[in-house]
Amino acid sequence: MPFVYNLPFFCVFLCMVTAILLSAAKSARVSWYSTLGAAALSAVLSGVLLMYITRADEAVAFTMGKFPAPLGNEIRFGPMQALLAVCFSSVQALSMLGGRRDMFHDVEDKKMGLACVMLNMVLASLLVLTFTNDIFTAYVFIEISTISACALVVAKDSGSTLMATIRYLFMSLLGSGLFLFGIVLLYSLSGYLLMPQLSSALSELMVSGDYRLPLAASAAMITAGLGIKSAMFPFHRWLPDAHGSATTTSSAILSGLVLKGYAVLLITMFTRVFSLEAVHELGLGTPVLLLGFLGMIVGSLYALREYHAKRMLAYSSVAQLGYVFMGIGLCTEAGIAAAIFQILAHAFTKPLLFISVGRLSCAAGHEKELSALRGSAWSAPLAGIGFGIGALSMIGVPLLAGFTAKLGLASASISDGKMSTNVVLLVLAVSSILNAMYYIPALIAIWRPAKERVRLEKDRAFAAGAIALIAGVLIFGIFFQPATELITRGLELM
Amino acid sequence: MTNLINEVIDNRYAVTAVLLFVIGLANMLLQPNLIKKVVAFNIMDSATFLMLASRGFVEGRVAAVLTDGGADVSRYVNPIPAGLVLTGIVVSVSVSAFSLALIQRIYARYGTVELGELLKLTKKEKV
Repeated sequence: MPFVYNLPFFCVFLCMVTAILLSAAKSARVSWYSTLGAAALSAVLSGVLLMYITRADEAVAFTMGKFPAPLGNEIRFGPMQALLAVCFSSVQALSMLGGRRDMFHDVEDKKMGLACVMLNMVLASLLVLTFTNDIFTAYVFIEISTISACALVVAKDSGSTLMATIRYLFMSLLGSGLFLFGIVLLYSLSGYLLMPQLSSALSELMVSGDYRLPLAASAAMITAGLGIKSAMFPFHRWLPDAHGSATTTSSAILSGLVLKGYAVLLITMFTRVFSLEAVHELGLGTPVLLLGFLGMIVGSLYALREYHAKRMLAYSSVAQLGYVFMGIGLCTEAGIAAAIFQILAHAFTKPLLFISVGRLSCAAGHEKELSALRGSAWSAPLAGIGFGIGALSMIGVPLLAGFTAKLGLASASISDGKMSTNVVLLVLAVSSILNAMYYIPALIAIWRPAKERVRLEKDRAFAAGAIALIAGVLIFGIFFQPATELITRGLELM
Repeated sequence: MTNLINEVIDNRYAVTAVLLFVIGLANMLLQPNLIKKVVAFNIMDSATFLMLASRGFVEGRVAAVLTDGGADVSRYVNPIPAGLVLTGIVVSVSVSAFSLALIQRIYARYGTVELGELLKLTKKEKV
């Protein structure tokens, strides 16, 4: 086996070791920079893996420890997993850069080390949720990601973050409890924990028709559990408080990445473990599709009446996750591919919006009401441009990532050829209009002619982060062909 | 009717586990007291562990610890669920510890652990 195939494990290990070492670090600067370094290094290494594995055109099962397949633990990766890992690691690094000033402002110096531990653990758990081939490992890392995500919200010490965290925590625990019960049912039905063995045992069960009810119950519990954790409508109520009140970096990472980790795991469960036909046969496709629709519409309606910029962005995440669930709910290869592209596109766009709002609110004296941000773009032009590009991408303007994602979803529903096509297109159109209805006024408000400009200190870290994220949004909007090909190939190799 | 009763008795561990799980789930959703929510979460997790442990148990066999009996597989129960339960307990303990620490902090700040009162207090704070 080529040495490159050790890299996924190495990336996870790097983040976890950095986390452990940092728990003893005293200096806030040292811990912040080494966390940034770990994320950047993991992005580079995943990039190397991506290049190698695309050329080799294969998916690899990597045995962890000395026990071979049915007993031991495995991770499994192909082009798609490598692409997701590059995206997660680089967006984490860029969100840290973009929110650097806010983070040093919001988090006490003494606590910085611990906050950085949590950042590392979040990345480690995201990578594991992408790579893992073992459902129990997935459960353990879901809980690790729960704890670290909650700790990231509460890193900014205030009354509202405390309340937001406790609600987030209990909702997440409910979700992981359901997921755990679901996988225990699967284990008792099949006797396996590794996904390929589990999958062949389940397909036998599907053919023979035995144990249909427990199988459907466990699939439903897994879907509901992961749905709660990735803010599927109607389980989204915790999200705006948690994402709206945290510090900039935390909001960007929680909204852009953490929610996606669970969605990616759900996709892996559907494609690798249950197979799409089985999901359809067990009657899970339609509910997921409908909840996706509702999320897209209701999330946007809530965002429409919100006056707090970050809470507006958080509600918009509910709508954007609705797109992902809609793609999954179509239960076709094309739908899943479109959902993954939407995950990538949103992972670049939403952090860009969050760090731009963070910078803009710096110009408005750390106020985050939209009324206070009026005209602030003139004091921080780059943040204004970043917000503009992010907002236009969310609405779905061509040449930007959001447009390509919507195009992918629409064409996935057309090639499907079922009755749902019309409904999908209609809901896509309505939700795009709703998106425009709250993003355009916000955009106009921040670019309103301002009488006086606030002189802001230069922030090179923010500039670097924002420019790189803008580049990401443009690349996924214009040169999307390689990414879509990688995703399609990755799904075939799943 | 007797069929049903026999089935329930045969699957008594699974039935108990499901009942406990539902009790935990309902309390977790409806309970206004934060500490009781943590207790409910622990009930929910314990139900899952009961389910797992009972699936791996075989009547008349012993725990998979090598003794003078030698490595004869037919003497032992399935050890994997036990390993999973252990891991699960570790996870649930750490999550409980985290939530209790958080609740302690909330109590120090607001002097109550009732969700309704807390929401009222935080609303006032914002105004």
